[in-house]
Amino acid sequence: MSQSNRIKTGGRIDRNKPVSFTFDGKTFQGFEGDTLASALLANNVHLMGRSFKYHRPRGVLSAGSEEPNAIVTIGSGKRSDPNTRATVVEMFDGLEASSQNCWPSLNFDIGGINNKLSRFFPAGFYYKTFMWPKSMWMKYEEIIRASAGMGVAPEEGDPDTYAVKHEYCDVLIAGGGPAGLSAALTAGRTGARVILIDEQNEFGGSLLSDHGAEIDGKPAMDWVDAALAELKEMEEVTILNRTAVIGYFDHNFITAMEKITDHLGPQDSNDTPRQRFWKIRAKQVVLASGSFERPMLFGDNDRPGVMLASAVRTYINRYGVLPGKDMVVFTNNDSAYKTALDAFANGGRVEIVDTRVDPKGPLVEQARSLDITIHTNAAIVGTKGYRRLKGVEVMELNEAGDGVKGTKFHIGCDVVAMSSGWNPAVNLFSQARGKLRYDEELTSFVPDHCQWDNYSVGSCNGTFTLEGALSEGLEAGLKAAQAAGFGEGQSVPATPSAPEVEHGDMRTLWYIPMDRPLARGKKHFHEFQNDSTVADIHLAAREGYISVEHLKRYTTTGMGTDQGKTSNVNAIAIMAQIRGVSIPQVGTTTFRPPFVPVTFGAIAGHDVEDLFLQARKTPMHSAHDRNGAIYEDVGDWKRPYYFPKAGEDMHAAVQRECKAVRDSVGIMDGSTLGKLDIQGKDASRLLNLLYTNAWSKLAPGKCRYGLMCNEHGMVFDDGVTTCIGENHYHMTTTTGGAGRVANWIEEWIQTEYPDWDVYATSVTEQWAVSILNGPKSRKVLEKLVDIDLSAEAFPFMAMKECHIAGVPARIYRISFTGELSYEINVPARYGLHVWDALLEAGEEFDICQYGTETMHVLRAEKGFIIAGQDTDGSVTPMDLDMDWIVSKKKGDFLGRRSFTRTDTARTDRKQLVGVLTEDPNVVLMEGAHLVRELKDKPPMDMLGHVTSSYMSPNCGRSIAMALIRDGKNLKGQSFMVPTMSGKAHKVTITDPIFFDKENKRIDGEPS
Amino acid sequence: MVETAIKKVSPLDGLAGPVGGNVKLTSNGFVGKVIIRGDSDNKDFVMAVKDVTGVEIPTTALTFNEGETYSIYWMGPDEWMIMTPEDGEVALETALREKLGETPSQVVNVSDYYASMRLSGPAAREVLKKGSPLDLHPSKFKAGNCTGTRFAHATIFMVQRDEEPTYDINVRISFAEYLWNYFVEASREFG
Amino acid sequence: MLVIKCPFCGERDQTEFTCHGEAHIARPENPDELTDEQWGDYIFFRQNIKGYQYERWSHDHGCGRWFNALRNSVTDQFVDTYKIGEEKPAIPSDEGK
Repeated sequence: MSQSNRIKTGGRIDRNKPVSFTFDGKTFQGFEGDTLASALLANNVHLMGRSFKYHRPRGVLSAGSEEPNAIVTIGSGKRSDPNTRATVVEMFDGLEASSQNCWPSLNFDIGGINNKLSRFFPAGFYYKTFMWPKSMWMKYEEIIRASAGMGVAPEEGDPDTYAVKHEYCDVLIAGGGPAGLSAALTAGRTGARVILIDEQNEFGGSLLSDHGAEIDGKPAMDWVDAALAELKEMEEVTILNRTAVIGYFDHNFITAMEKITDHLGPQDSNDTPRQRFWKIRAKQVVLASGSFERPMLFGDNDRPGVMLASAVRTYINRYGVLPGKDMVVFTNNDSAYKTALDAFANGGRVEIVDTRVDPKGPLVEQARSLDITIHTNAAIVGTKGYRRLKGVEVMELNEAGDGVKGTKFHIGCDVVAMSSGWNPAVNLFSQARGKLRYDEELTSFVPDHCQWDNYSVGSCNGTFTLEGALSEGLEAGLKAAQAAGFGEGQSVPATPSAPEVEHGDMRTLWYIPMDRPLARGKKHFHEFQNDSTVADIHLAAREGYISVEHLKRYTTTGMGTDQGKTSNVNAIAIMAQIRGVSIPQVGTTTFRPPFVPVTFGAIAGHDVEDLFLQARKTPMHSAHDRNGAIYEDVGDWKRPYYFPKAGEDMHAAVQRECKAVRDSVGIMDGSTLGKLDIQGKDASRLLNLLYTNAWSKLAPGKCRYGLMCNEHGMVFDDGVTTCIGENHYHMTTTTGGAGRVANWIEEWIQTEYPDWDVYATSVTEQWAVSILNGPKSRKVLEKLVDIDLSAEAFPFMAMKECHIAGVPARIYRISFTGELSYEINVPARYGLHVWDALLEAGEEFDICQYGTETMHVLRAEKGFIIAGQDTDGSVTPMDLDMDWIVSKKKGDFLGRRSFTRTDTARTDRKQLVGVLTEDPNVVLMEGAHLVRELKDKPPMDMLGHVTSSYMSPNCGRSIAMALIRDGKNLKGQSFMVPTMSGKAHKVTITDPIFFDKENKRIDGEPS
Repeated sequence: MVETAIKKVSPLDGLAGPVGGNVKLTSNGFVGKVIIRGDSDNKDFVMAVKDVTGVEIPTTALTFNEGETYSIYWMGPDEWMIMTPEDGEVALETALREKLGETPSQVVNVSDYYASMRLSGPAAREVLKKGSPLDLHPSKFKAGNCTGTRFAHATIFMVQRDEEPTYDINVRISFAEYLWNYFVEASREFG
Repeated sequence: MLVIKCPFCGERDQTEFTCHGEAHIARPENPDELTDEQWGDYIFFRQNIKGYQYERWSHDHGCGRWFNALRNSVTDQFVDTYKIGEEKPAIPSDEGK
């Protein structure tokens, strides 16, 4: 029968908007305003999932975000959303839901055998069993994950969009119940910037379910509506519903996830983001996050139909659903009597089992007056039913509450509504490093103190009366606004009246004894999602895992998607009982974000696909696209790697490019090189500090190569710096080192030498750089420039300012290949124009566009280093055999003192050498080690490793560079290089210059 | 010498803007930009800049001063950006260097270093909030303010022109396409 | 995620900054006169205090300035930030709490 559990009238659902949905393929009806859980309960479906370890049938426990059991997958295909709590999924027409953790079906799950074998699956089972043999762990893990896993993530791309938003406020209020709304009112009235956040679709918190509650003599929800109406009029107040605060970090940094379209179902257009991830900085925070009811821990307390009393009440009052016709309320306090009364009023048959010997108070009296049966000093010791609760077994408790007596009797029922008291939701407070205090009277942890500016109000502060919540909220809202600099002189308004009936005392029993030993036949689950039982806590204690951190990990308490919202305190209390210590002595674990599960999509926001990472492009990028470049990522830059012609693979293209440059002329894009403009009277003093060589005498128009070391004496960057004019220099750095060098210079200027007259500013992107290389470079360039390019007029290591193809340029005659080379710098806007002009001018010489790989080969042929490839932060200039660039005369510079440290001054350090393979066709793997003596297996005496290795078409063989221990003295000697595949190559150590040792080619062909 | 028609290229050329009217995004073209560094306590420095540009160097953090031809933006306690109409930068650079002479300072043409784009419209602030950790509330960052900050993975220099609001965003040209596309995607929900 | 007060730009999000470790480590004026051990102290050894420590930060995605800060490394609370060259603020008396 459709919606057999639906109450005829009432609730906050919209009965004019019926919807239909499917669960595991079967179609059901519900209403807008339902959650998936309430709609299933309305259809008398309790079985919603299987548990993680034992695959036991599970129903819904709660009506909120603390739900551990009813975990389902929403949607299908690209849009499937696994591990979603049915209790927070808003109903829409066409919703598709399916159960998890079961195969082949929810009703018949083969994994349920784990339940039968549960004596062999105690806590810590996985750790103990699968630790051995160690080598198999990875394999075991795969199998465990597959059989115990939760929902399945979709494999296709997510068609929805997501967004991130940064926001600031004076007062952030987490929770929109009576306390949070009160705080928002007083804070908002000061004109402060307020953000009010609640995870539900509607504001009101506990009042949404509290049928009969009154404020100022009117229904409490009237007060909620009025408060919201007032808040909506306030310009500086932002109201966010369907938004869960998920993280509370240092300096009042709050993260929250807003569900924008989830409640509408899949959207045709993804213009509107599905979810928004808020990053909020609040001056003051008011926590009004409510509380969680504690389950009773009795034998087989996990059967579908066993629910929290407050949840049953929510389903009755808010959703118009009576979860079952025959209800047993099992409680240790008065609050669950409200559930009993509401169920009774809606036609339920109700009996109450109360652990207390002599419960009294108005609610108890009311129940008695209605002839509701109350079994006092009694407890449920077991349940009947597997996929659905069929009844409970009840016995009398002994005086201490640790045993039962008398005769066991049976009550037939299909729902148990249980309450073992309440835990303030201190999760966010604890995330923010807040320290908790144990309240003996409430038998729960409450906020104590926190280093960040926040206020806990209402039931999350242990204040469980409505008037108390309103009063605390009003006061905290104003205080918070005032602390943020608003509402000076304002006073806290009078608290509206909200009379409530008195509640009697509790009788807290952390778990309910049975008529047989613990764990014999029935399980007391304290942690539903991860199937952890009271017996597991005893086992943990017996095995020595008595600290709260060990307890958590050993029993997996609190490690599910619900983060132990209903289980943690019970577990701690039971451990305290076992150890005979107080609950505070056991202590709590620290709560961690996220408070509720958050999607990866929301965290990523727009940072996906093309916007995932910035692709930095040079001004000539469109030409490279046009000319078929394959790109290499260098930092964030897209640099042409090589330019293949039809049918060429990378090797063929690079070999061709390398030959073309040395035979005629090549062109590459050097725009990514780091560039700094340096000006001031102390500019050369700065260069002398930064570089190892001397800079005082560099004339305008002249260039010089330099090595930079850090204070450890290790090379960290290199490049050419040119004197542009008096006290004016242009420095170049490696592409990857540009940012590092700029920061390095700023650090020294700003922190150590602020009195120097020198400034350095990055100009990397100001200049587009086309680099001509090869004997015919001059012939190409002279077609486009207005200056004399002869070697006499424009010698090596000089710079000329001129015009090229009609635009102003600085041309540097420097070379990273040993060939005649011009580095043509023009303002970036002209980069493409000049590049195209050079290609056209070079056509008659078969000018060859080449990429970074050819550049690497050509420089290696000449033995030029690449900082960061042939150096690794542990290499001195002397190790590179570059003593010639280390000035002995100019005085101090960065790193110099370190050159004479005992370790740096050793002569047998790893040094840069050339390496030639015996077989000229073998290209060694970069990173391969040279060994003194080849053995069958490691360890072998390793001399060092290959840093650069290529096939050089210009040398007609492979070449390599390596950092080798005492390498300078090993030249001419042969060693072996073992490979990953078990082979080994014979190599000889050589000088690292393989081509044009005499440097004859630098001036190219005369024009 | 071969003469060909000179083409200027901006990384923003040909990029499509946002759809709908709540966010506008346009290129500011080749506006001239010169960075000047020096000591604002040094009268010679301040006077030289004033003489050349007719504009007072702003010494209040996060503000700028506008004149007829030039406007000067605070980038840091010893660093300012002067903006000029297109192609004015070389003359400005020369004039400043001449006027400053021996006065400790730096003058750098960065006209091609930064691309400049204008983000405006009723939802412009909301777009910026997606990637910038700055407090953009009208009482905190308003017309007349400028600052360095970041947007997503890019470092930007941002100027607020008016309360519409209109923002001019300067970013290193290598990041310009990325930033533009980010703004376009981030604008989509505002129509 | 911290809020850091740049001495020039005011309070900004941590993501605009870079931390550079211990502050007030002056480069020795005469490195040649130092023993290896003394030079090693300068280049390698940092205090890494649990509690209040003086640190250098730079406002990379802002004004680009370097500055100093006094921060409690346990609570992540800043006592103050100050410009390079300015006198360092005193360590609060609650040290050790």
